[in-house]
Amino acid sequence: MTQTSLQSSTAPSQPQEMVLFLRPSRGWAALNLKELWHFRELIYFLTWRDVKVRYKQTALGAAWAILQPFLTMVVFTIFFGRLAKVPSDNVPYPIFSYTALLPWGLFTKALTDAGRSLVANRAMITKIYFPRLAIPIASVLGGLVDFALAFVVLIGMMLYYNFAPGSDYHIAVTPALATLPLFLLLSVVTALGVGLWLSALNVLYRDINYVLPFITQFWLFITPVAYPASMVPGRWQLLYALNPMAGVVEGFRWALLGTQSAPGPILAVSTTIAILILVTGLFYFRRMERTFADTV
Amino acid sequence: MSDIAIRVEDLGKVYRLGAGVGGLRPRQDYRTLRETLTSKLSAPFRRLANNGYEKNRQLQAAEDEYIWALRNVSFSVRKGQVIGVIGRNGAGKSTLLKILSRITEPSEGYAEVHGRVGSLLEVGTGFHPELTGRENIYLNGAILGMKRAEIERKFDEIVDFSGVEKFIDTPVKRYSSGMYLRLAFAVAAHLEPEILVVDEVLAVGDAEFQRKCLGKMSDVAHEGRTVLFVSHNMSAILHLTEEAIVLERGSLVYRAAAPEAVDYYMSSGLAKIGERIWISDEIPESAAPFRPLAMRVKNRQGQVVDTIRSTEPATIEVEYALDDTIVGLRVGLYLTTARGEYVLASFDTDDMVQFERYRARPAGRYISRCALPPDFLNEGRYILGINASSYRIRRYFQEEQALTFNVDGTDAPGSQWLEARLGPVRPRLVWQIEGDASLGIVPDMDEGHFYDR
Repeated sequence: MTQTSLQSSTAPSQPQEMVLFLRPSRGWAALNLKELWHFRELIYFLTWRDVKVRYKQTALGAAWAILQPFLTMVVFTIFFGRLAKVPSDNVPYPIFSYTALLPWGLFTKALTDAGRSLVANRAMITKIYFPRLAIPIASVLGGLVDFALAFVVLIGMMLYYNFAPGSDYHIAVTPALATLPLFLLLSVVTALGVGLWLSALNVLYRDINYVLPFITQFWLFITPVAYPASMVPGRWQLLYALNPMAGVVEGFRWALLGTQSAPGPILAVSTTIAILILVTGLFYFRRMERTFADTV
Repeated sequence: MSDIAIRVEDLGKVYRLGAGVGGLRPRQDYRTLRETLTSKLSAPFRRLANNGYEKNRQLQAAEDEYIWALRNVSFSVRKGQVIGVIGRNGAGKSTLLKILSRITEPSEGYAEVHGRVGSLLEVGTGFHPELTGRENIYLNGAILGMKRAEIERKFDEIVDFSGVEKFIDTPVKRYSSGMYLRLAFAVAAHLEPEILVVDEVLAVGDAEFQRKCLGKMSDVAHEGRTVLFVSHNMSAILHLTEEAIVLERGSLVYRAAAPEAVDYYMSSGLAKIGERIWISDEIPESAAPFRPLAMRVKNRQGQVVDTIRSTEPATIEVEYALDDTIVGLRVGLYLTTARGEYVLASFDTDDMVQFERYRARPAGRYISRCALPPDFLNEGRYILGINASSYRIRRYFQEEQALTFNVDGTDAPGSQWLEARLGPVRPRLVWQIEGDASLGIVPDMDEGHFYDR
């Protein structure tokens, strides 16, 4: 936002003094992650606020974190699993779709919250200085709590199908499970990258508010949540992988259900794209940041 | 290490009004993609149309579109100095503070700030209504730049200062506005930066709270910290600051010791409408022992304003000091329209109970506050006068035109018709309409039943 530099004082007896130079800046700004780190407690408190406030004054409270993916799973199971007979990589369709709905829910929630975060926090932005990156980052992190709650249900479902009489599903713990945090990180990186772009654009163009629901809906179709990625013909696979969430979802299934082989090429493309979105998002955000307080 | 805390050199900030293309963005406005796209698309056609007349017109339009909120402002503040910043609304005070606290960037010039800056442009920034007082202390503290350990250390002190111990685990949405402000200020007051930048945060809240805040501010000022203090409250400026700068339309027009700066500001007609502050030179000796300090109009939120809404309650307050006991004192106001017609006169001891209670008023500082009910004044401009007297004994002080304020008639009764209403009052009177058509049935006008009775 502003050019800051530390100058050490010349007088040896005096402690170092912080000097701040405020002047018009041009072009791209440095990311200044050091300062962001300095404000890590603020990120923590903002995340904590978002989580704490989210289900206040709702009758069902945190149950919503579970109900949303669970009910979606039920609908998917009825329409895609039973009626359309979509293949599910030899695991029960409910588990198949719910495993995908976990990272997908995290992603859409993070994306939507981050996209709206700057405008929602305009009162803070116009009244006090702090690294603005803290706001969308906190929005994205806030979704992790819901994810954890919904994850517990997945374990319950896996156990149910494992022991249910007549079920041919058995929990498969493979070494791939260790890679789960990486896929989680990948979905967070993707959500943050897109969220940064959208939040900064939203400050200038409120169209984003209307675009957001459309983006998430559209994105769901191009992500293998309701269907397996293997349905996509081989020659389209790499193009398909340009959607980082395709890599994330397939990765989740691989790590948790141990069904297919590792999503190798898909994963490489997805990761590259995700990092690209994040880095460009960070720089775009930093560039636009200096006008946030005047525009929001 | 120099002894300069803040150095400002040719500082300027330009805002762009309305929509358009360019590097700067409109203030308080946002664009839709459509606007950007259409203006980008039509740019070549505009260029084609650039004949002489068109050029001049566009240049003129371009000039009009920019507003320099601040321009060519240079000053410096030594370490430990407490500087007041005064000026009318829109003079650039807040812009200056926003630049110094890094919220926004200057458009030209530069500023140099030596030391950690704490800015207080508002109390309770980031307070969330659903969170409890305790939770908000942590959240707000973090937003203000305090470390968690620091907040924990000062927690009891903050709660103590706020005086809301009993409700500390209650969501702040259940707080009264006074409690909310006290808690918010308590957090802010425990910030310990080397340089403190404070906007009009004392203009809200009740008198006791204001006194407490002023006390805390003056502690801060005496601790050797550098303070930049914006206020419309001239007595606060005089009380807290040694020196003051006067801003007018984005320029620094005067800098002097606080009493001279206040004097300059008050006498140059720059003073803000909605508040009248008397400085000692203006008060005739004949007024003693009565000493008027200020008269102000406040809106429902308790902010000093020059425009109140017809449909909302407002408060007129007179702040004054008595240097000796006065028997039978009544302090009151005249309200007249801009054309000089009297609307009313009212005194603080009109009520028999108040009259008995304040037969003799001992020396001290007072505020007499008059609540204007909602749906009372019609839209327009009004003049307030002040009178302090003891009936048939003596008139201590009188000023017929102490201040002016406006009433905005949005949503007032009858505002569905865009016509001016006569008269100075605009009450929401109860009307009943009687008729023998049964309610809920829309009379069929075509068949003339409505008239067939």
